Amino acid sequence: MRFRAKMVDVGCLNNFTRVVNTISKLTKTCTLRLTTDNLFFMLSDKVANGGVSMWCELSQQGNFFDEFQLEGVSAEANEIYLELQPENLSRALRTAQNAKSLKIKLTKKHCPCLTLAAELPSLSSVSRVVTHDIPVDVIPRRLWQDFKEPIVPDFDVSIYLPPLKTMKNVVDRMKNLSQHLVLEANLNGEMNLKIETDLVSVSTHFKDLGNPSWGDDGSQGPSRDRAPEVMAHTRVDIKKLQQFLAGQQVNPSKAMCNIVNKRMVHFILLHEDVSLQYFIPAVA
Amino acid sequence: MPLSTQSEAGDDQYILVASLDNVRNLSNILKAITLNDHALFNATPNGLKVTVEDSKCLQANAFIQADIFQEFTIREDSVGFLVNLTVLLDCLTIFGGSTVPGVTTALRMCYNGYGYPLTLFLEEGGVVTVCKINTQEPEEPIDFDFCSTNVTNKVILQSESLREAFSELDMTSEVLQITMSPSQPYFRLSTFGNSGNAHYDYPKDSDMMELFQCTKTQTNRYKMSLLKPSTKALALSSKVSVRTDNRGFLSLQYLVRNDDGQICFVEYYCCPDEEVEVE
Repeated sequence: MRFRAKMVDVGCLNNFTRVVNTISKLTKTCTLRLTTDNLFFMLSDKVANGGVSMWCELSQQGNFFDEFQLEGVSAEANEIYLELQPENLSRALRTAQNAKSLKIKLTKKHCPCLTLAAELPSLSSVSRVVTHDIPVDVIPRRLWQDFKEPIVPDFDVSIYLPPLKTMKNVVDRMKNLSQHLVLEANLNGEMNLKIETDLVSVSTHFKDLGNPSWGDDGSQGPSRDRAPEVMAHTRVDIKKLQQFLAGQQVNPSKAMCNIVNKRMVHFILLHEDVSLQYFIPAVA
Repeated sequence: MPLSTQSEAGDDQYILVASLDNVRNLSNILKAITLNDHALFNATPNGLKVTVEDSKCLQANAFIQADIFQEFTIREDSVGFLVNLTVLLDCLTIFGGSTVPGVTTALRMCYNGYGYPLTLFLEEGGVVTVCKINTQEPEEPIDFDFCSTNVTNKVILQSESLREAFSELDMTSEVLQITMSPSQPYFRLSTFGNSGNAHYDYPKDSDMMELFQCTKTQTNRYKMSLLKPSTKALALSSKVSVRTDNRGFLSLQYLVRNDDGQICFVEYYCCPDEEVEVE
């Protein structure tokens, strides 16, 4: 098993840092899957984390890394699965902010480590290198099947999200007032956020958001027979939603949300070579 | 959608309707009186008065005159109800209370009468939020019987100068002692904290002193914990009037200029802590 990669472009480094920061806000531990084409940060739905799951894909293809060498566990399974704490990675990247180059490699020290070596600008001819060793757990191949790409669920309504900043402000206030929130949307491009407690009921109405088309024929796949004004709704833990909105640094070019009536909400953020999916299950 | 159709269709049933183009003109002034959750609203054709009390010793009032609102319709002589102030403020700032120029949240506030919720319609950038805040039966606020004819001493200061003093006050002191006198030291703030006593004196001819009307030397102590919330009002205000009456009751009146340059008032009444011998 071998992995080494190098990043020189500041833009790429910033992009990568933002993705890692976003992930570190969403979860304490996650799985990093390395393939020859892509990097994946994954969090599968465990009851312990409230059933939330995440799938973040960075397409590699020379966009993030200038050098990328990978030798997986075997020729036919040319991949590596690592478990790590994204916060560690995020902290290491903080020192690499102005780095001239960043090398990432899988090393064996006292334990398996992901070693980040950032070459910082220096006034003298002697180079300054900051090295971080981030402990990782190598996930054996027999457990790989636990980390399958989530299937886009058979949603009832798919809708583009309003500006995430606006949504974050609203959800932040609602979190002060309630523990749960009902997210509902229809095929008319309307989305509502609602809370209701003994003291107050609040509903925020977004309109003209647009509904993405998913099917090949431009229709909405499974939901094509749906009356456009009928709302699909899901009640979620407001903290999970707030965490997602607060931590997100990806500045997506496209942000959308799929609602499976009374079962889950599926968020998708797309930005150039990054896609982030986040699943929040319904609460009763 | 709800802003234009829903609310106008039902306007007849409301006994109170108040609209603001910029919700900050209300939310900021309410923030200045957040002593606790129970806010008593009292609307009259003159405007809106919001009262919050603490420990039966402190009362904060915010006055928002009717002409601050773009629309202020009231169908009765007086409308009163109690709402949770924290909840109300969260609702008013649902869009984040942005301070970016040009981005304002519009508000339409409606009340249907006894037993009905206070309904807020907020709109920013085409997004509409409807809040229904449950109301409670109004309680009679404490009458501090603070009458201008009984005022013995009065000064009006630029808030700036008092802000500086308040930010440097020794908060380990349990009380703030205010001395007002026609002779030296004129206007003095004193604290008695862990690290010693401190006095803050204002000469009566200071530029910061707009008015000085002291007839009798008076020294009173007020609980620091009670006065602390008033710093929120101080921070917003441009002028402050400090008055004490013959019983030693303190009245602080803050003149607050809102985003549109209009004037509102916030008033604090505070009971003296204990009798202090006149020196």
